[in-house]
Amino acid sequence: MNLVAHLPVIVIMMPLIGASIAFVAGPRRAPLVTVATAVLTIAPVAWLGARVLAEGPTRYEIGGWGGPLGIVLVADGLSAAFLGLVAIVGLGVTLYATGYYRVATGSRPGPGHGLYWTLWLFMWSSLNALLLTGDVFNVYVCLELVGLSAVALVTLAEGAEPLRAAMRYLFASILGAMTYLLGVALLYAATGVLDMRMLADSLGPSVAAETGLALMVAALLLKTALVPMHFWLPTAHAAAPSPVSAALSALVVKGSFFVTLRLFLDVMPAGYLGGADVLIGVLGAVAIVWGSIQALLQERIKLLVAYSTVAQVGYLFLLFPLARHGGEVLSAALLGVLVHALAHAFAKSSMFLAAGVTLKRFGHDRIADLPGTARRAPVIAATFALAGVTMMGLPPSGGFGAKWLIASAALASGEWWWAAVVLVGGLLASAYMFRLLAVFMAAPGGRPLPVGGVRTLRTEWVPLALAAASFLLVLAVPLVTRLAEASAVVAQAGGVVP
Amino acid sequence: MSTTVLYPLLGAALFALGVWGLLARKHLIHKVIAANFLGSGVFLVLIGLAGRTAGADPDPVPLAMVLTGIVVTVALTALALALIKRYYSATGLDTLEPAEEAEQ
Repeated sequence: MNLVAHLPVIVIMMPLIGASIAFVAGPRRAPLVTVATAVLTIAPVAWLGARVLAEGPTRYEIGGWGGPLGIVLVADGLSAAFLGLVAIVGLGVTLYATGYYRVATGSRPGPGHGLYWTLWLFMWSSLNALLLTGDVFNVYVCLELVGLSAVALVTLAEGAEPLRAAMRYLFASILGAMTYLLGVALLYAATGVLDMRMLADSLGPSVAAETGLALMVAALLLKTALVPMHFWLPTAHAAAPSPVSAALSALVVKGSFFVTLRLFLDVMPAGYLGGADVLIGVLGAVAIVWGSIQALLQERIKLLVAYSTVAQVGYLFLLFPLARHGGEVLSAALLGVLVHALAHAFAKSSMFLAAGVTLKRFGHDRIADLPGTARRAPVIAATFALAGVTMMGLPPSGGFGAKWLIASAALASGEWWWAAVVLVGGLLASAYMFRLLAVFMAAPGGRPLPVGGVRTLRTEWVPLALAAASFLLVLAVPLVTRLAEASAVVAQAGGVVP
Repeated sequence: MSTTVLYPLLGAALFALGVWGLLARKHLIHKVIAANFLGSGVFLVLIGLAGRTAGADPDPVPLAMVLTGIVVTVALTALALALIKRYYSATGLDTLEPAEEAEQ
C-alpha cells in the first residue's frame, strides 16, 4: 500500500477518527485525545504540502472512482496553505482549550467541557474536507458539516444569548447552504457535471449555468459574512466560548472564502459573471470601512474583535476585481490575499483567546472597566499589542506584508482606489486597536480589578505565541509564494491517481 | 415532458416561499418549517432535472444529491428543534427578539 498517495484522505480522516475516540473516551480523557490528534494531524498535512511543492497539484479519486460519478479530492498549493493554517491554529486552540476548560470548570468537568472536544474535531475534519474537495456538490456537504458543528459549538457557552446567536447563525447557515445547492442544481442542469475540472472545461455562455454560479457565489459570500450579509457573525462569534470564537473567526470564514476563490480562479473563465467581481470588491471595501467603524464603537472586547473580522474579511474580496487584470497583478494580489488570510487567522485567534483569558480573570470584557490590564496581566496586553500591529498593517508584521502586496497590485493595475481602501482600513484598525490598548495602559482606576479563576500558563502563552506568529509571518512569505505558485488552476492539475 | 418544466417551477416557487418565511416570520417553529420549504424546493428542482431526457432512464446523480440533501436537512431540523426547546425553557420566548420588539 502506497501511503503517500492516500495523504489527502488521511488528512480528512485523522481528526474524524480523533473525534470518535474523544467521544468514546469520555470528558476526562477527551482533552488528551484531542491534543494527540492535533499533533498527529500536522504530519500528513506537512507531508501533503511538501508533496504539492515537489510534484505540483494532485488529484485523488476516493475508492478509485473517477469523475463524473466518483468523488475527487484536489490538493494544490492553495489548499496546502489553508490546511497548514488550520493545523497550526488548530493545535494552538486545542492546547489553549485544555487550560481554558480546566480554569472554567475546576476539577469538575462541566457540560460544555465534554462535548467541546468531539465537536471541535468534527469541525476540523469537515474544514479539511472542504479545503480538499474538487467537486461542487461535495462543497455543499462540507459546508453543512462545518455549519452544523460550528452552531453546536456556539451553544456550549452558557446562557440564553449564545443560544439566540447560535440560532441566528443556524438560520443564516441553512439559507446559505440551500441557496448554494439550488445553484448546484442549475449548474448541473446546464453542464451535466459536478467535478470542478470538468466544469471548467464545459462552462459556456448559458443562462442556467450563470444563474447557478451566481447563486453559489452569493451563498458563499453569506457564509463568509461579506457586508451586508454579515448580520449573523458578530453575535455568534462573540457569544461562543473563546476557543470556539477563535476557530470560527480565524478558520471557518476562510473555508467558504477558499471555495469562492476556487470558483473564480479555477472554474469560471475570466469575466464569466459580468461585473460580479467588481461588485464583490466594492462590498469588500464597504466591509473594511463599515466593519472597522463598528469595531470602534463596541464596548466589549469580544464584539470589537468580532466586528474587526467583518472588516478584515473585506480585504480578502479585494482580490476579485484585481484578478480580472490577470498576469502579475493577479499573482501579486493572490499572494497578498493569501498572506492576509494567514496573518489575520493568527492575529484573530490570538485576540479571541486572550479575550477569553480576560473574561476568566476579570469576570467581564467591558473595555471601559479594564484600565491597568497591562500591569495586572502583561501577557494579555502584549498579545493584543502584537496582534494589533498585524491588524494595523505596520511593518514588519505579516499584516504589513499582505497590505503592501494588495496595495501594490492595485497600483500596478491602475485602479489606485483599492490601494486607498487598504490604507484607510489600516488607519481605522489603528484607531480601534489603540483605543483598546490605551485603556490597557492607563493607570488602574479607583476600582481595583477583581481577580478570579485559576491561572494556567497555557491560556496566556498560547495566544501570545499565535500573535507572535502573525507578526513573524513575513519570514514565511517565501514559502507562501512557492505554495501560491503551486496553485495552477485545477484545470491544469496533473492526474495523479493512486 | 411536462415534469421537466413543472417540477423546477414549483420548486423555485417553494424555495422563494421558504426564503420569505425564513426572513419574515418571527416564530422560530415557522422559521424551521420555512427552512424545510427551502430544502423541498431544491429537491423538487433536482427531481425535475433527473427526468429531463424523456424516454431514457432517469439520471441517478440528481437523485443521489436529493438523498444526501434529505439526510442533511433532517439533521439541521433536529438541531434547530433541539436549540428551540433549550431556548424556550431558558427564556420562555418563541422568537429571537425579546417580546416587545417582535411583531407577533
